[in-house]
Amino acid sequence: MPKLTIDGREIDVEPGTTILQAADRLGIEIPRFCYHERLAIAGNCRMCLVEVEKVPKPVASCAMPVADGMVVQTNTPVVRKARQGVMEFLLVNHPLDCPICDQGGECDLQDQAMAYGSDRSRYEETKRAQPDKDYGPLIATHMTRCIQCTRCIRFAAEIAGTPVLGGLGRGEHLEVTRYVGETVSSELSGNLIDLCPVGALTNKPASFRYRSWELRRTETVDAMDGLGAAIRVDSRGNEVIRVLPRINEDINEEWLGDRSRFACDGLKRQRLDRPYVRKDGKLTPATWPEAFAAIAARLTGLEGSAIAAIAGDQADAETMAATKDLLAALGSLHLDCRQDGAALDPTVRASYLFNSTIAGIEQADALLLIGTNPRIEAPVLNARLRKRWLEHGLAAAAIGPKADLTFAHDWLGDSPALLTELAEGRHPFLATLKAAKHPALIIGQGALARDDGAVLLGLARRIAESAGMVREDWNGFNVLHTAAARVGGLDLGFVPGPGGRDTKAIIAGAASGAVKVLFLLGADEIEMGALGDAFVVYLGSHGDAGAHRADVILPGAAYTEKDATYVNTEGRVQRTRRAVFPPGEAKEDWRVIRALSEVLGHTVPFDSLDQIRARLTNLNPLFGHPGSLERALWEPFGRPGATDDRPLASILDSYYMTDPISRASTTMAACVAAFGGGCNHHKAGHHA
Amino acid sequence: MSDSPAEPAAFAFTAESAEQARAFIARYPIGRQQSAVMPLLDLAQRQEGWVSRAAIEAIADMLGMAPIQVEEVATFYTMYNRRPVGRFHVQICTNLPCMLRGSDAVLDSVRETLGIGIGETTADGLFTLSEAECLGACVNAPVIQINDDYYEDLDAASTRAVLEALGRGETPKTGSQTGRQTSCPAGGPTTLTSPAAATERA
Repeated sequence: MPKLTIDGREIDVEPGTTILQAADRLGIEIPRFCYHERLAIAGNCRMCLVEVEKVPKPVASCAMPVADGMVVQTNTPVVRKARQGVMEFLLVNHPLDCPICDQGGECDLQDQAMAYGSDRSRYEETKRAQPDKDYGPLIATHMTRCIQCTRCIRFAAEIAGTPVLGGLGRGEHLEVTRYVGETVSSELSGNLIDLCPVGALTNKPASFRYRSWELRRTETVDAMDGLGAAIRVDSRGNEVIRVLPRINEDINEEWLGDRSRFACDGLKRQRLDRPYVRKDGKLTPATWPEAFAAIAARLTGLEGSAIAAIAGDQADAETMAATKDLLAALGSLHLDCRQDGAALDPTVRASYLFNSTIAGIEQADALLLIGTNPRIEAPVLNARLRKRWLEHGLAAAAIGPKADLTFAHDWLGDSPALLTELAEGRHPFLATLKAAKHPALIIGQGALARDDGAVLLGLARRIAESAGMVREDWNGFNVLHTAAARVGGLDLGFVPGPGGRDTKAIIAGAASGAVKVLFLLGADEIEMGALGDAFVVYLGSHGDAGAHRADVILPGAAYTEKDATYVNTEGRVQRTRRAVFPPGEAKEDWRVIRALSEVLGHTVPFDSLDQIRARLTNLNPLFGHPGSLERALWEPFGRPGATDDRPLASILDSYYMTDPISRASTTMAACVAAFGGGCNHHKAGHHA
Repeated sequence: MSDSPAEPAAFAFTAESAEQARAFIARYPIGRQQSAVMPLLDLAQRQEGWVSRAAIEAIADMLGMAPIQVEEVATFYTMYNRRPVGRFHVQICTNLPCMLRGSDAVLDSVRETLGIGIGETTADGLFTLSEAECLGACVNAPVIQINDDYYEDLDAASTRAVLEALGRGETPKTGSQTGRQTSCPAGGPTTLTSPAAATERA
């Protein structure tokens, strides 16, 4: 291990470490623009110059590997002078428009110019200007501000796997742009904005709407997909201005999908801000007592068996627990959190978790994808799969939708019969899985939300077992959820009680008249036309399909407006924090259920967040350990039987619009118009 | 690069070029085919006269690269023409040594003879005039490069003679136009012991 001295402090590092990385480890700050710890080293901005003993000239520390006995100085007059020179050149063509630049206040160039810039310019010639580029509806470009660090080019090519950006020309004429005719339509494109060290790439939907120091920052968790990425919600007044990723190495590293980042304008549109009651066929505004009274009147004299509840994709655990208790008090066993009808088995936790964990999937050396397109179902996870494939190789195959996943894989077909072949050992890919050290499979909701879902789940289990995916030290059986609510619902038992109806049976019951009152907890993706004459109570945040069908609307809070618990696809209990208040008279959902239960004469026994969280822990002790993961026990699950011939597909047909918030978002609508459903096929070279 | 040239819809290597392209690709180890991007761009330019977007995409496809990555290479090197040029691409060096030796007069001579300015092509499509950075033949300055050939030690008259000969379809002598052998001293061979030559120069 090379030992070197930086500013008089000694450090041992692995061979191949660069000086800058070693200095970072010591907490010695070296300015940089092009270097980024998750991207390939470019070494082109020259801001990180340091002095190395016995080397005649300053050295770019980001690109210089350490050597034993090196003596590095990061803060000498020579170094300062060199950096000042670099800064002067960077500022030669950089406009002085910080007061109107959205990056102002959080700009690397601005900050470093405070340390290394001069307060006057020696430059008298004209500045070079560059035409702005069209990067689509998410990214605003001001290319004159570009300092050619090439971070965006490297991100697009390396992390996102969509190499559409490049630097054309050379020297002063170097222009970062996209290839003619290509769109910057990676599902991860928003990260380019975070990576850009200057204001060349900025958040288009939020353009000119904020100064960074005006925003209140709330660290919370994303609920737009099943991963539960760490996010920061920036708000001003009672308005969410933007959503940014936070670093969480276990889940999203420091990336965030575009829907999670840009759908936040949907939080302001189509909102349910007061209760409504249907009178004479028309929804009319009502007060909370009126709405509760309407529900109480309808419930009077009803048997518990005529009452049911379905939880949607963003229902939080607190609300589901409160609703479960209320339904139990009303005598109903008909409740389900699987609004898509997925054949998830609530009795075996390992059967519905991403068991390898999200970070752990990077160990997988062979992978089978079943009925899933991770690129649109969980783009951040897909970036990890690509990373694994790039860095260590990954023998991947897919049974399901044919898609450009940004990593090489064999598309075996989309017939469920292939699963039978694999389970029975008749398919050659099984040998690949068996030969691997850490074989894994990912089964998507597209394979489970079918009539034969339980059969396919059973086949996946047999494949996992016969390929050696389930061992003492490794469990490569992974279920990829697209809904933030799903695992939490299964963990707390928001599923039919003994003899109770599941989603399909509830809808059939509503159609036949057996189910007379149906509670929808933000459930908008069920077939509303099939609910017959049932009295529908919709508790949710947006005027989407459920609200249109509802007889009573109870306005609830979106995930940015409540302290709520979600469990992500790997079984990690996480909590959101309230960034802004729900609009108008809307309330946190579990409090609505609590208030309703009192009117109905079956008061659920919690008056505070602590009490309902205690109830969650009581339902499942896992809720008492937010943030941690527990390995789930492997037990038999799935059902033997015949598969049907319907081809396996992804549960999502579009990346950008999947839930009430993103459907209400004009930004997401613009993305659909510009990019289609996402997952565009680029002229991107071969992923091979 | 303000107005973009008319891009052809498709590009394909001729059988002969395709053969050469395969040979270039075969020079590099498996998985390193991208290394052949520069010779392939050159092949395309020799075939078409310039590197069109269709050619970039065809080469990208052959080498498993993204088109933008091929375009980066094609725009980095000024020797790849990103717009069509005439049959004779006249590149005149105007850097310091050539300028000191009279490239201004050479440039004027080209302008006068062909009736075009820098960046323009004659109406008959024969000549395109470009200004080049140092062509690396300073010792024989001033110099112009026409396609693959260098014409050196030029003045206004010899420049006109070369261009007119090319226009007539002849093949003018390449290299020095004053008749000196390669880069030998202009006044003939000299040695340290020959004071005559030294005084002559003074």
